[in-house]
Amino acid sequence: MTRAAVTLACIAAVVAALAAGPWWLSEAHLRDLVELFSLLAIAQMWNLLAGYAGLVSIGQQMFVGLGAYALFAFGDKRGVHPFVAVALAGLVCALISIPTAAVAFRLRGGYFAIGTWVIAEVYHLLAVNMQWVGGGDGTLLFSAARLDRELRAHGTYFWALGLGVASVLGSWLLLRSRLGLALAAIRDEETAARSVGVSVLRAKVAVWVIAALGCGLAGAVYHLNLLRVQPDAAFTVNWTAYMIFIVVIGGIGTIEGPIVGTILFFALQQELSRYGAWYLIVLGLIAVVAAVWVRGGIWGVVGRRLGLHLFPVQRRV
Amino acid sequence: MNWVNAIVQGVLVGGLYALFAAGLSLVFGVMRLVNLAHGDFAILAAYLAVLLADHGGLSPWLSILLVVPTMALVGFVLQVLVLNYTLDSALAPLLATFGLAIIIQNALLESFSANLQGLDAGSIETESIQVTTDVAVGWFPLLTLIAAVGVLAVLQLVISRTALGRALRATSDDGRAAQLVGIDNRRLYGIAMAISLATAAIAGIFLGIRTTFDPSAGPVRLIFAFEAVIIGGLGSLWGTLVGGIVLGVAQAIGAEINPGWGILAGHLVFLAVLIVRPTGLLGKTAPA
Amino acid sequence: MLLELEGVDAFYGDFQALFDVSVSVGEGETVAIIGANGAGKSTLLATGAGLLQPRSGEVRFDGEPLRRIAAHRRVRLGISLVPEGRRIFPSLTVEENLRVGGRVRRAGPWTLSRVYELFPLLEPLAGRWGGALSGGEQQALAIGRALMSNPRLVLLDELSLGLAPVVIDALYEVIGEIAAEGTTVVLVEQDTSRALAVADRAYCLLEGRVSLHGSTSELTRERIVEAYFGGTGKRRT
Repeated sequence: MTRAAVTLACIAAVVAALAAGPWWLSEAHLRDLVELFSLLAIAQMWNLLAGYAGLVSIGQQMFVGLGAYALFAFGDKRGVHPFVAVALAGLVCALISIPTAAVAFRLRGGYFAIGTWVIAEVYHLLAVNMQWVGGGDGTLLFSAARLDRELRAHGTYFWALGLGVASVLGSWLLLRSRLGLALAAIRDEETAARSVGVSVLRAKVAVWVIAALGCGLAGAVYHLNLLRVQPDAAFTVNWTAYMIFIVVIGGIGTIEGPIVGTILFFALQQELSRYGAWYLIVLGLIAVVAAVWVRGGIWGVVGRRLGLHLFPVQRRV
Repeated sequence: MNWVNAIVQGVLVGGLYALFAAGLSLVFGVMRLVNLAHGDFAILAAYLAVLLADHGGLSPWLSILLVVPTMALVGFVLQVLVLNYTLDSALAPLLATFGLAIIIQNALLESFSANLQGLDAGSIETESIQVTTDVAVGWFPLLTLIAAVGVLAVLQLVISRTALGRALRATSDDGRAAQLVGIDNRRLYGIAMAISLATAAIAGIFLGIRTTFDPSAGPVRLIFAFEAVIIGGLGSLWGTLVGGIVLGVAQAIGAEINPGWGILAGHLVFLAVLIVRPTGLLGKTAPA
Repeated sequence: MLLELEGVDAFYGDFQALFDVSVSVGEGETVAIIGANGAGKSTLLATGAGLLQPRSGEVRFDGEPLRRIAAHRRVRLGISLVPEGRRIFPSLTVEENLRVGGRVRRAGPWTLSRVYELFPLLEPLAGRWGGALSGGEQQALAIGRALMSNPRLVLLDELSLGLAPVVIDALYEVIGEIAAEGTTVVLVEQDTSRALAVADRAYCLLEGRVSLHGSTSELTRERIVEAYFGGTGKRRT
């Protein structure tokens, strides 16, 4: 068997095992995995933005929060079935991201980064000030809570699993598509890309919208798992912190990187979060060290050493 | 609704915002680096002043004399030992300064707890001048505005009249060509960061006198500083003052309409400027 | 020998721009580096100025190796590069450009007033922003800025690029005056005849290698053409 076939078989086996999750995993584990897959999806989106489109955003939490609130709006206020509401939430985020881009893209580089954060804060403050979604205290997701317990647990899990797999597969397919080629050209030399007809703006907006969709779905799924939405938590910049750590530690600009990073981050969080502030200080130090020395992340080091490419779309940052 | 008073208060706080913004904008101008920990360094300075007050009985005014040079040194060392090695990438500086922000916030949390702190500058904090029956101008806010304008004026003088200022402007124009006239970029970046953190320290201590703060107070100051820079326009120090004042006034008017809307009003004005006039009110270059 | 490059290989990333290049410049000489576009002339100057570190080979100034010495420190040693494209500072005035050039103070005849004497056209422009100057004015300013550090060695990269012949004539007269002061000059030039008219010796580069060198009096037109283009003087296809 070729290497690619072996790789494919392994991945298929893992996914199959996960798909059978409800039959061999406890409910607590299923909930953990929902969180993990949500994080994975968000991380893959951030990787697409920063690692491929050159858009370093520290405001992606806006779509996590918007997705959560859209879920509430469709599910509780409009009577849509929660599992359908998740999909609608993703679409709403994708739509909202377009005018958002019109504003955010007026900035570049570091100022673009802060700009996305400000925009996220605007959405945050709007949510806090809107009483019909619960204002500052947030709200419970009643429509979801009313579902049959097992149905809700399994349905949420499959949504999350599907999202996680889709984010990985989707990223891979995207980068092998025409858009991916355009992104590669832009990453290498933007002016040259523009001069051969690559619409830089269109490519970046496309990635931005896709990332919004992914983060919105993840936000909806995550909060479906949580059964409540609280604005400070939904829109916190900590989402961005997690994304950055996962992608940078795992390996930016690769598809395997965020997978590695998410697993590692999740494990670390389970083990170390009881140490509170110290744990975060360590994460901060890792970020600084990674920024200065270890640009490629774990996958960058390990993958290169082993010559491994599970999802070959080689990029160099 | 006391609009006049709102505007006056907004103008007064605008000076403080401008002071926060000056350091951020200087560093961006010279090395295209956005320091995501800028606000946190200001809060760090305020906490240092708290330490000096608790253990040395020093008033905030004396603390400034000690804290500002300390923060300048911290800035120089940080730039030369760490941040200079991130300048070749677009993501690395953001990552490094983001990490620093988290380190500072949590280190402060560990050292001081999440309790609100304040700096005591004496009775001047509460005294005010009654201008009209509706409008009172606090002595301290007025002093803050004067201090902010003063610091900006000194900065402007340094940048436009001194050899250091020429070197900073030359490096911000063309880093390679600057090397060709003998400018040591890495050391100059260190000096720029030192100045930046020094101004942040002054701003932080004034903030600490004006209001209470906790370890997580940094990021919102960063956002205000950034908004002031963009509203005022890149490339202009006085623009930063205008930007700070516009932001302050927007927030004050928003709060006057509804107490929960102050900060949001500021954000919306920022976004409006970004949409309608991206170069800012007094800007020389576009941010994109 | 004031400046020596010996067996220098220089790379831009994976692209090799100089292959085993050896050049020597004596004190007080004027040396021309000629060659077609992309031959490596600017790379050679960049290596001398410290903007590029050679991957192998040595660069020596007054006998001392320059290997570890960064570009900004070479100015203090007496090396000054007038880069391709002028690269004056647009947000500094003409006078500020000159003053920043004089940051590094070395002993020598060049002061602000001497530079204004050399380039009378600059003095009335003293308060003008660098970005508002014409090409010829910028080139004059760039040379003046380089002189302010009183260099022993002036490296000039393509100073005639984009300028009118009358302007270039004036600039070359100035080069002559600078050389007459005893300053060593290395100039990279596309306009071969001008370069050879003012130089004592010349090197010709072809695709990153030295294809010809010698004193300008010895070099015949045929030899130059052959070295410039390679082969029998016919353009390589």
